[in-house]
Amino acid sequence: MSTLTTTAETEAPAAAPARPAYRVTGRRVLSSEWAKLWTLRSTWITLGLALLFMVAFGLIASARYKSNIDSGHHMDGDFARSTAVSLSLFGTHFAQLALGVLGVLVTAGEYSTGMIRSTLAAVPRRLPVLWSKAAVYGLVALVVATLGAFVTFGIGSGMISGTPAAMGFSHAGVARSLLGAGLYLGLVGVIGTALGALLRSVAGGISVLVATLMLIPGLISLLPSSWQDNINPYLPSNAGESMFALTHDSTTLSPMAGLLVFLGWTALALAGAAYRLVRSDV
Amino acid sequence: MIEAQQLTKRYGEKTAVDGLDFTVKPGTVTGFLGPNGAGKSTTMRMIVGLDAPTSGSVTVNGQPYARHRAPLQEVGALLEAKSIHPGRSAYHHLRTLALTHGIPRSRVDEVIDLAGLGSVAKKRAGAFSLGMGQRLGIAAALLGDPQTVMLDEPVNGLDPAGVLWIRNLLKALADEGRTVFVSSHLMSEMALVADHLIIVGRGRLLADTTVPDLIAEAGGDVVKVVTGEAGRLRDALAGPGVDITGRIGSEELQVTGLSAREIGSTAAEHGIALFELTPRTVSLEEAFMNLTRDAVEYHGSTTATETPEAAGRTA
Repeated sequence: MSTLTTTAETEAPAAAPARPAYRVTGRRVLSSEWAKLWTLRSTWITLGLALLFMVAFGLIASARYKSNIDSGHHMDGDFARSTAVSLSLFGTHFAQLALGVLGVLVTAGEYSTGMIRSTLAAVPRRLPVLWSKAAVYGLVALVVATLGAFVTFGIGSGMISGTPAAMGFSHAGVARSLLGAGLYLGLVGVIGTALGALLRSVAGGISVLVATLMLIPGLISLLPSSWQDNINPYLPSNAGESMFALTHDSTTLSPMAGLLVFLGWTALALAGAAYRLVRSDV
Repeated sequence: MIEAQQLTKRYGEKTAVDGLDFTVKPGTVTGFLGPNGAGKSTTMRMIVGLDAPTSGSVTVNGQPYARHRAPLQEVGALLEAKSIHPGRSAYHHLRTLALTHGIPRSRVDEVIDLAGLGSVAKKRAGAFSLGMGQRLGIAAALLGDPQTVMLDEPVNGLDPAGVLWIRNLLKALADEGRTVFVSSHLMSEMALVADHLIIVGRGRLLADTTVPDLIAEAGGDVVKVVTGEAGRLRDALAGPGVDITGRIGSEELQVTGLSAREIGSTAAEHGIALFELTPRTVSLEEAFMNLTRDAVEYHGSTTATETPEAAGRTA
């Protein structure tokens, strides 16, 4: 109580002109979202898991390839045609789950806890919150994933040196593939935040994310094959895979086309999220 | 200053807020009262732009909330439901809100001290008791040093010391010239802090009044007098603004407009013996119940359960 009365005495006579000139700016919303991300334990745990999946599964794949070659075991077609890049990026499929789920938590977590009311009371224009969340988390996911890709390739390519799959960083397309994987996972993070904001539910967001990245490609195989060929390359998961695959054939998109298509999906998800954020009550 | 004009919110068929017109002025504590489901929380959510009005409008310090450059400096709001992430510490919760406005760290520490959260500021807010959570919500509301403070059911879950703290805080804020808008369904609590009352029921404005006016309207302060010379006393007391009722032949009179002291003195001057002289104040609780009887959304199955509770609060 004493604190209040003292501030009352010092502030009251000064009146309006002495009030500090606070103001909401885009950069400040960004810094707030940055602080929000790192002040939750779940961020550290999930990012750690994503990095672990990325590195551990990549190295396990590399080690298995190496031991199969050494022992002269027969390998099935796909695995036999592996490259140092495809082996190192084996963990991408698992890391995308961790990074996508954290993306959903970044936005939908605010709705499930009620934090969103505080957030939107502070930034009632709303949209800066969505852009900041997507930018901050997308960047973090990109950095973690790129780090994971390069570390795994650095160690993994050493493990399989001397095998048909061996490659170095200077090999054509390697750097592009590793960066592509980082970019893909960063965008998966952005899609996660968009789905979380669109659906406002952690469970809903994760379900749609998993369905989009993992189930839909399976469902498409039920369609007539002529349709499949037209649709398949443009699915989010396949377009994304084109971004980091080392080799491309007639059934897949080029890395740049894959990036553009995947960016399109990301923009679509963000547009849906922005629409719902602006239009509906909290 | 909060101004609502024909503020209306409909959820499908149900009208939660129905054409509310009111003004909340600076320098006083304005109580926002109504039974559960009267539309108080919805109104408050519309004031800070969380819900969009179906029609009508509400402005804060002359502009819609979202138009302000520093919203937290205009209105500090404590809303009914928890508005925190349970995994974040109280300090970091306040800090993330402060960052959006460029509010310095020192102000975060200040409101933490002000709300008495110093010892728990680094703990996860999810582990807080209801009372501590309320204190954190109030700290967040005061963070931007706002001109208008709006609190939805602030005493919920607070212990007696906390209730007293809120009471003094609200009065101090109003004395500093701020607009203070507090909702409650506890009339007795409001009677202690509020100067002005806005009463709603089923989303409609029932009264926009002051505490004394509300009591006066509900029957005011009545003094019951019993005397053997009712007719003589009646003549002795008669005057402007004095209302005396009583059955002919009965010894009992109900007097409004005079205090028990005045009635006693007048009776003594005229040498009239009084057998009973009992002031009876209509409690704010009763006045409120009378006003909102028809507007109560959720009736209990018996009224008996309400009475002891109400009596307990008034006492």
